[in-house]
Amino acid sequence: MSNKPKGLTPSRRAFLKGAAAVGGSMAGGGAALAASPDPLIVEKQPWAQGTGDGVDASPYGLPIQYEGDVVRRNVEWLTADTISSINFTPIHALDGTITPQGCAFERHHSGAIDMRKEDFRLMINGLVDTPLVFSYADLERFPRENRTFFLECAANTGMEWAGAQLNGAQFTHGMIHNMEYSGVSLRSLLEEAGIKPEGKWVYVEGADASSNGRSIPLEKALDDCMIAFKANGEALRKEHGYPARLVVPGWEGNMWVKWIRRIEVTDQPIESREETSKYTDTLEDGTSRKWTWVMDAKSVVTSPSPQSPIKHGHGPLVITGLAWSGRGAITRVDVSKDGGKTWETARLANPGQPMALTRFYLDTTWTGEEMLLQSRAMDETGYVQPTKAMLRETRGENSIYHNNCIQTWWIKSNGEGENVEVS
Amino acid sequence: MGKVKMSKYRNLLLCVAAASVVAGPALAGKFGLGRPALPEEIAAWDLDIAPDGTGLPVGSGSVLDGEETFAEFCASCHGDFAEGVDNWPKLAGGADTLADKDPLKTVGSYWPYLSTSFDYIRRSMPFGNAQSLTDDQVYEITAYILYSNDLVDEDFVLSNENFMEVELPNAQGFILDDRDTTEAHFWTEPCMENCKDVVEITMRAAVLDVTPEDETAKAEAPAVVEAAATPEPAPEPEPAPEPVAEVAALDEALVKKGEKVFKKCKACHQVGEKAKNKTGPILNGIIGAPIGQVEGFKYSKAMKALGEEGQVWDDENLTAFLTKPKKFLKKTKMSFAGLKKEADITAVTEYLKSVGK
Repeated sequence: MSNKPKGLTPSRRAFLKGAAAVGGSMAGGGAALAASPDPLIVEKQPWAQGTGDGVDASPYGLPIQYEGDVVRRNVEWLTADTISSINFTPIHALDGTITPQGCAFERHHSGAIDMRKEDFRLMINGLVDTPLVFSYADLERFPRENRTFFLECAANTGMEWAGAQLNGAQFTHGMIHNMEYSGVSLRSLLEEAGIKPEGKWVYVEGADASSNGRSIPLEKALDDCMIAFKANGEALRKEHGYPARLVVPGWEGNMWVKWIRRIEVTDQPIESREETSKYTDTLEDGTSRKWTWVMDAKSVVTSPSPQSPIKHGHGPLVITGLAWSGRGAITRVDVSKDGGKTWETARLANPGQPMALTRFYLDTTWTGEEMLLQSRAMDETGYVQPTKAMLRETRGENSIYHNNCIQTWWIKSNGEGENVEVS
Repeated sequence: MGKVKMSKYRNLLLCVAAASVVAGPALAGKFGLGRPALPEEIAAWDLDIAPDGTGLPVGSGSVLDGEETFAEFCASCHGDFAEGVDNWPKLAGGADTLADKDPLKTVGSYWPYLSTSFDYIRRSMPFGNAQSLTDDQVYEITAYILYSNDLVDEDFVLSNENFMEVELPNAQGFILDDRDTTEAHFWTEPCMENCKDVVEITMRAAVLDVTPEDETAKAEAPAVVEAAATPEPAPEPEPAPEPVAEVAALDEALVKKGEKVFKKCKACHQVGEKAKNKTGPILNGIIGAPIGQVEGFKYSKAMKALGEEGQVWDDENLTAFLTKPKKFLKKTKMSFAGLKKEADITAVTEYLKSVGK
């Protein structure tokens, strides 16, 4: 990916505006003495005198207007058109681990389609005893599961292979979301049809015009894949495959087929467009890896970061970020403030869950020093997130996919951040 | 001691209890849900084709016919010679570039199996009107793509009979995921102190400067007004756009012809009652309408600017635009290369006149 059009500088102006607003507190730190009484306290405020909205003001609630900038964003020069394109989750502005559906990134190949539950059909065919068709109502009658998983696009961080390019965690690492899915195991559906002994793979296909399809080894299909119809407690959003999508824990997002309509048991992989011309990783010598399904362990500091600069004064600072691995649970995250010379182990907000996002915090003190902020994830298999140099050494710079390198944010003395690469 | 034992026992009990509480559902064989799929239903959806040719339909198509079919259905995005337009995929070229700094990955240079092309074109193309091609047309287009990549001669005819004889150049260019071995050193005990001597910034994103600006800041940025290709100075704001001569009866034969030409536009533009903005705006009532004003469509700044200076889609503007979109307006988002035949432009204009608001 080359540097395409000349964009505008990142939110420098927005940042400076923000900094000016808190300018007073930038200099001092900690619990400064107030010079005069705070009008927000000593004067009666309208919200403390009048009344607010009634209960039905917004039957389906949206974030308050002041959070209006916490939205998915697109990088227009990446793709020819928004119908076959991708946007990015605002991870720099979120906390915890669950991604609200409304700001979870979208990736379509032929646009997000409108399909009623009544029009949903799921066919199982191929090497099965009885080819079957399920309606949406049928799906709801299989034993149900609730499981939380991350979905990461294999191209997440793909624009950073050749160098630091996009200035913000949303753009470098935002092709990810993490939701609690309710649905049924793929195994139960396959067993309902009865798998013939020659069956070794399943080919899964969506109902949209792209008919995105991927081949999945039967072993994985029977292990932990799900057909999900709810996420974070409510129906899937249209952009995430309403009324039902496939969940392939720990494996690249492209395999999580949306609007799923067909599962074919086969004796060989189909080698569809999405698993040959795309989602294969070209190495330095021109050969390409295929079937690189599992997402390697990875992490990123979400704040402070270029879109989430330090706006307060010196003193306590919370460094936070996300870590995940397609091979299992995150066991540890280390943070470096000096570009990888020294590391300290961060605090996991909760014990890592297999193939789900883990939130980490480093509660620290900042006195205005510049930082080269990095995070490094480790998973239960002992895999340690590599540096970009290590990745380039084995893969070159043309892989596009599966860039799980350690990310560096240069935090300057004024609190502003920039995406950089370090030696 | 007894107490310790006791609490251990209790912990054990708790664990067991917890385990059974969070366990997944116990599957008890079949549920009798769903219904058998009918053969016609399977035939309608089971279209995928495997690398060994399983699933290929009977049929054939020549390079020569493919050239025309490609021009009609594919060239608006992929270019007349499969060379690609704008950011749309290039399908030809790139031989021996895979080890270069910027590899060009096309059907000819990268794709391992021809079955993939046929399968994809048949199921997913043309963009915006998928599964509208006949099997023979798919053979034609596939043959033409092979020809564009210098892999077959111009008299080549591709069919289900000779399909498996075609081997693509990069068929042997793939290896299975070997991260567990080639990257085994990533499983390690990480360094915590004195991990390197020097740390220097070697690259900065701000230098490259390709990050999208946020919306609020964008609004503050000075509006860049690209000069339109039309040479005349901005006209005085007209009182109202010239109404289209709706009185003039439409030439029905020409409308019919135009409807055919419009197939090329359909991948991106919709007309009719249920039309929605897609890659391109809705074209209902576009003749005589102000330029760049279809509600809800995100135009290029340049196109918007034309409308703001009072320009409308009259015959003259539309003909110029459809002849060579990028010549009419350099910064247009429309990637279509243009209609070569004047007669096609006249016909499609007539057709567009027939689709009112």
